[in-house]
Amino acid sequence: MSEKNKVGERLINGIIKENPTFVLTLGMCPTLAVTTSAINGLGMGLSTTVVLALSNLLISALRKVIPDKVRIPAFIVIIASFVTVTQLLLEGYLPSLYASLGIYIPLIVVNCIILGRAEAYASKNPVLPSLFDGIGMGLGFSLALTCIGAVRELLGAGQLFGRQVMPDSYVPFSIFIMAPGAFFVLAALTAIQNKIKIEGTKRGKDMSRIQSGCGGNCLSCEKAKDCSPEDEKKGRAE
Amino acid sequence: MSELRKVSSNPHIRDKDTTTRIMLTVVVALLPAAFFGIYNFGLRAAAVLVISVAFAVLTELLFELLCKKKPTIKDCSAVVTGLLLGMNLPVSVPLWLPAVGSVFAILVVKMLFGGLGKNFMNPALAGRCFLLISFPALMTNFNCDAYTGATPLAALKAGEQVNLMDMIVGRTAGTIGETSLIAIVVGACILILAGIIDLKVPGSYLVSFVIFAALFGALLHRTVDGSFLCAQLAGGGLMLGAFFMATDYTTRPITKKGQYVYGVFLGFLTALFRIFSASAEGVSYAILLGNLLVPLIEKYTMPKCFGKGGERS
Repeated sequence: MSEKNKVGERLINGIIKENPTFVLTLGMCPTLAVTTSAINGLGMGLSTTVVLALSNLLISALRKVIPDKVRIPAFIVIIASFVTVTQLLLEGYLPSLYASLGIYIPLIVVNCIILGRAEAYASKNPVLPSLFDGIGMGLGFSLALTCIGAVRELLGAGQLFGRQVMPDSYVPFSIFIMAPGAFFVLAALTAIQNKIKIEGTKRGKDMSRIQSGCGGNCLSCEKAKDCSPEDEKKGRAE
Repeated sequence: MSELRKVSSNPHIRDKDTTTRIMLTVVVALLPAAFFGIYNFGLRAAAVLVISVAFAVLTELLFELLCKKKPTIKDCSAVVTGLLLGMNLPVSVPLWLPAVGSVFAILVVKMLFGGLGKNFMNPALAGRCFLLISFPALMTNFNCDAYTGATPLAALKAGEQVNLMDMIVGRTAGTIGETSLIAIVVGACILILAGIIDLKVPGSYLVSFVIFAALFGALLHRTVDGSFLCAQLAGGGLMLGAFFMATDYTTRPITKKGQYVYGVFLGFLTALFRIFSASAEGVSYAILLGNLLVPLIEKYTMPKCFGKGGERS
């Protein structure tokens, strides 16, 4: 596969096929906690995207230098540095967003999408695809969070990106901007996403996940049953 | 062994009870309280009840048509859910509110979890709590043409005197179906005589509620008198909840011992919520929390198979 194709494929993979929220269900803590409005969801998503892309880039560049035994602490140090940079930038230039996201900005460090991509992809693949893997995953995460935030804001406050869109007679369902609403909306959107995927498979499109570099994670791989033990070993070694 | 015996798998004993018959009996048992509500609060109460029942049934039908499943509305369980939800609303609610509640109760709580017998919570109560969290102001506005002012439980919480006789007859503010103790007890007797429910859950619920209410009341107010306990027992949704919602076949434990545990747990939670929490009423949340613990209760109260118990020798 040529480098250019791989870059495009990584983006599509992160946004649609392996959408971190709706398909991998990773990073549930910020997904459920900060999506009370569309703008919060978007802000959280984009901050995560920045951290994800830069940490993927650096981890991929250093993948041959970092000793295997201490790779997790090394990844965390890299991720935490980028999170600190993002946090300080947000505090300086977008103080209102910084205030509404609160503790969830420093918690990006422990967002499992970032460590997950570092471990599963960036530590095994060249720099450019890793960068775009991070951007794709981050955009997928932003898209999901913005969708959830928009639905919750619309139903729970009658607004969209802070503007009143529902008529004045609309009585907002305040449950949707509280914790239970996050679960309702996440479940409903995941169900819609699955429905589209199933319909697509029926029409003969290949909707299965692409696990480039495989990662040897056979538990979550739909193609695992077609793999031989040699493939599995190869996947782990990659 | 010369003659051949008929061998078949269980069930071996069949009864003429059907889901439809059970659900219709529950509807009949709910009617006294529902009619008293209409008499007490006026025709608007009837409109609320009709809308909540209609939307419950329609939601179930539409869901099953859209999912290409066999329609099950003939079993009347949606009617029971809709009626119970309507009876748990104040009469002053805007008329779209019961519709929203019914759609949530049937669609999210019942049908998405697999339909009748597979819901993990009582749909009517879940619908009520959904509305209560979403629209707290609308759901706790008990002012209407017939009554203004607080419900008996709220008055009791504020330390005022309540008229016990009015509470027994039902001439008080409150939700449509909860006010009359007499009408609910008549309905409960119908259910018990028809063999639909027994006293295990409601009995242990009410008895433990009185004990815990006396205990907590004594802790909080130093003194507890009989009229306080009687008013707590007759007021709010306790009777409706104990006889019609805690006894729901799907969401109560199936084991005998478990039903007592469940009843006592509900009594404890209701007393806790009513006496120590900010709101005057706590039956709905108590029963929903109880519903969630049912699998755990069943796990620890499962009877042992013959031959499995006792000491190993």
